[in-house]
Amino acid sequence: MLSKRIIPCLDVRDGKLTKGIKFKGNVDIGDPVQMAAFYYDEGADELVFYDITASYERRDIMIETVRKVAERIFIPFSVGGGIRTVEDMRLVLLAGAEKVSINSSAIRDPGLIAKGAAAFGSQAIVLGMDVKKVSPSQRIPSGYEMVIDGGRTFTGLDALAWAKEAERLGAGEICLNSIDADGTQKGYELHLTELIATSVNIPVIASGGAGAIEHIHDVFTEGKADAALIASITHYGTHTIKEIKSFLHEKGIKVRMTW
Amino acid sequence: MIAIIDYKAGNLTSVQRALAFLGRDSAITSSAAEVLEAERIIFPGVGAAGTAMFDLMRLKLDTALVDAYGRGKPILGICLGTQIVMDRSEENQTRCLGLIKGEVLRFPENLSEPGGRKLKVPHMGWNRVKVMRKHPVFDGIDPQSEFYFVHSYFPGPRDTRNLLGETLYGIPFASVLTSSNLVAVQFHPEKSGRPGLRLLSNFCMWDGKDHA
Repeated sequence: MLSKRIIPCLDVRDGKLTKGIKFKGNVDIGDPVQMAAFYYDEGADELVFYDITASYERRDIMIETVRKVAERIFIPFSVGGGIRTVEDMRLVLLAGAEKVSINSSAIRDPGLIAKGAAAFGSQAIVLGMDVKKVSPSQRIPSGYEMVIDGGRTFTGLDALAWAKEAERLGAGEICLNSIDADGTQKGYELHLTELIATSVNIPVIASGGAGAIEHIHDVFTEGKADAALIASITHYGTHTIKEIKSFLHEKGIKVRMTW
Repeated sequence: MIAIIDYKAGNLTSVQRALAFLGRDSAITSSAAEVLEAERIIFPGVGAAGTAMFDLMRLKLDTALVDAYGRGKPILGICLGTQIVMDRSEENQTRCLGLIKGEVLRFPENLSEPGGRKLKVPHMGWNRVKVMRKHPVFDGIDPQSEFYFVHSYFPGPRDTRNLLGETLYGIPFASVLTSSNLVAVQFHPEKSGRPGLRLLSNFCMWDGKDHA
């Protein structure tokens, strides 16, 4: 059977990690390529790079980073942030990423999902979703609304309807981020994750809120997620990937234990 | 030289990068002549069987592959490449190369895991491969190793002698096939971490003989 995937997320700006990542040895690593190599050796199942480079003109720096990462690690990785066109996707994929992730650009132009899937296959297109809990209404029946601009702008789109629409358009996977849970380290938004993961027939990566190993366990069991995105829990040396996987393995969750 | 066959079917640079990491030179080529000159051949692919066969025939790579196989050159099929070596595929009702007898089938819609939960198609992510017998290409690979898969179709070899590895996803399916100098894997060794690199490295040293 498939293993549940553990996916560290790395934020990159102008070719550098935005947070100096500290390990148990207290070494700060700012280089995304070294960091990717570290997580590859540690047993990460996949990596996500999120490019928060503000200037569109400096995106070639990210492409160079992707190329260097692809020469060093041999597991899938995706790149998101600032991808607005099929040509943007092509550059990232040719540089060696397995997948591209699109978020607000897909909301502005849903056709981008279909165009990307036609050009590169659904497996290469990840829909990033930033979601906020709201009161259920006629417009937002699920009680979860799509937001953009880091949660500042409400779009009027129902998250459940959008997930289904994106699947229909050809998205191959969903990376589901709860803005409410993000950064709290109090656990994933389990209800939201379960709602989306059981309503679509494409894999769902849960994101936002992981602060303890139990949270990752819960998002696989209660949340029915296919993969868990993690950041601070391993970035700051609270746990290693191996500790997380050993815990899950002991609890009977299938994870990849040999690498 | 290792020829990586290019028939416009996917991201071939990832295979080349993995070989470069192993210190192996390779050439991405769509020339039938170059394929026939190569010492060994990697036949990758992502996409649909119908388009892939159309492109292979247009470039005369179909006959080149069959010839290379007949001459005993080591050939490694990857993902769609593995499906294309079969007789035919359910995907677009495509007639394929026929190096291994049998048909390529789609995962059924109603797959479920032992607990009853519905399984998603495509089969995407890390899964184990039960290797049925010793083979040089799997030399030194831990049986607990997992490999990275992305596919909705799988090969169904008619003769169990062609079945080298099996994977479980709701149903058991053939994830590794072999026939003399051909080994074909449904997963992506170039994206499967160290076990995948070991498989590629083994392939690079394989003389194409199956000692079974």
